[in-house]
Amino acid sequence: MACVAFAAGVSGMAETVLETAGLTMRFGGVVASDNVDFKLKAGELRCLIGPNGAGKSTFFKCITGLLTPTSGQVFMRGYETTGWNPHQVAGLGVGIKTQVPNLMDGLDVFENIWMAARRFLSMPDAMRKASEVIERLALGPIARTELGRLAHGERQRVELGLVVAADPWLVLLDEPAAGMSADDVERMSTIIREMTRTAAVVIVEHDMQFIRSIASTVTVFHQGAVLMEDHVDRVMADPTVRNVYLGKKA
Amino acid sequence: MATFWTKEVPATILVAALLIWIMPMIVGTFTLTVLVIYGMLGFSLGLIWGFGGILCFGQAAFFGLGAYTYAIAAINIGDSTIPMLLAILVPAAFAALLGAMMFYGRLTDVYLGVITLVVTLILFKFISSTAGPEYVIGKARLGGFNGIPGFQTLNVPGRPNDYIYGDPYFYFCAILLIIVYLLVSWLLKSSFGRVAIGIRENEVRVALMGYDVSARKTVLFSIGAAIAGLAGALFANWGEIVTPNLFSLGQSAEIIIWCIVGGLGTRIGPIVGAAGLAYLKFLLGQQSMIDNTLLTGIILVLFVLFLPKGLVPAIGSLWKVSFGRRRRFPRHGVRRLRGRSVGHG
Repeated sequence: MACVAFAAGVSGMAETVLETAGLTMRFGGVVASDNVDFKLKAGELRCLIGPNGAGKSTFFKCITGLLTPTSGQVFMRGYETTGWNPHQVAGLGVGIKTQVPNLMDGLDVFENIWMAARRFLSMPDAMRKASEVIERLALGPIARTELGRLAHGERQRVELGLVVAADPWLVLLDEPAAGMSADDVERMSTIIREMTRTAAVVIVEHDMQFIRSIASTVTVFHQGAVLMEDHVDRVMADPTVRNVYLGKKA
Repeated sequence: MATFWTKEVPATILVAALLIWIMPMIVGTFTLTVLVIYGMLGFSLGLIWGFGGILCFGQAAFFGLGAYTYAIAAINIGDSTIPMLLAILVPAAFAALLGAMMFYGRLTDVYLGVITLVVTLILFKFISSTAGPEYVIGKARLGGFNGIPGFQTLNVPGRPNDYIYGDPYFYFCAILLIIVYLLVSWLLKSSFGRVAIGIRENEVRVALMGYDVSARKTVLFSIGAAIAGLAGALFANWGEIVTPNLFSLGQSAEIIIWCIVGGLGTRIGPIVGAAGLAYLKFLLGQQSMIDNTLLTGIILVLFVLFLPKGLVPAIGSLWKVSFGRRRRFPRHGVRRLRGRSVGHG
């Protein structure tokens, strides 16, 4: 499967790697995601923004398999992944970071990253890959420290390391910059920009400064549906968007 | 992995050989045998609970199933070799089915505990009610509450009249425990074992990394049941009778207490806990001043209050404080190094 995915990646850079058609998620009477059509091309970096309760995270969970959509479909590189389990989606080569930090607290940084690499690589290759990722993300001094003892920013960085270690072609990040210091955010955007060289990236984010710093195309969610889709500068200048989202801040 | 074969295996064998040599001078081999068997039973739960995070309230079900499988097969077959293998395979297969149902159904901890508990109860009730002559498997009558006596006990493979009993049986059980211990140690060092520990730490994360958590938990659960089944077969041979009490809730609860007292998340802890508490129970059984279960309860409460991690981890950390070298970076050292590396991050 990895081979097919690789070949597909080389053949056309503008190929659509992620697509949803009429994706709808209802919780009882609440429509959290309303008929969302979404397309992402290979190598693209896309941010999903919107006020609280706009349905960003629900949409995110429907793509990653953490939720099964009420109706509509999800496609990834030609596979229909609607209703798949998270491990099947991840097994395709999709790197996922959830909103709540999900790490193995009792294990050290190396073991965490090794496990992510081991899923797709042999034992010795996974060891090599883990060391390489640790060096790249400057985690060396804390490589043998348990995750439970690390600071929040470090933990976020390790979780990105888990994603990077699997060499994904599609990366889905839910609020990677949440609660991080300016230094950490800066470092985070460097890592993400590096990721876009080999993967398409979708980021759910609140932090507008962070979104500007990675300067990408933005999809605005409002009441479960897509409000508009454009470059970050034009989106921020748009009066409707200012009204539903940014207006609340001012 | 390299140090496993050169250091851990020889060290384990050496320590175990010393114990096998010395212990019979202190405790009779008949009692020792059952302590070893309980050790193996405790070890089976220690594996799936301590390393897989699966709290099974019904480990006694697999223990009893192993014992009954052995007894029934031994009556029908005669030679003990195939019954021993069946006593491992049947509980493993049963656990695989039960586990698949629970883990693919995404049951969380509490429901898992309830279901395993209920399965134990059902088996206990069912086996207890099989006194009638219609409950026959081949030549073996299930015998209801009286159990099954008089089956072929362990013999040299292929020679049904050469029984293994007494001292040799103790050595046989002890060596089996060492083999199981080493196999499990190897498993825990392998990728499968390390991912299992990852599942214990954070199931969602392991699934998001692309591992099939349900399948892996089912396999681990089944391995635990296989070890419990083997312990059951050894117990059947030791007691020369199997009764429904093997499935009792008391038995299940005791296994959990062994693990807590001995130390969860260690390999040796549940074995030490099982053998230690079982020996204590044996000593207390010789007097009638204090009630046995009351004392087991008091021990559990004291451990939960004062040594919540259990005996073995407590001794381990005491050892480290007194003799061990500190291997980790001191925390302030890490901060300093990290501050310097910010520039090229």
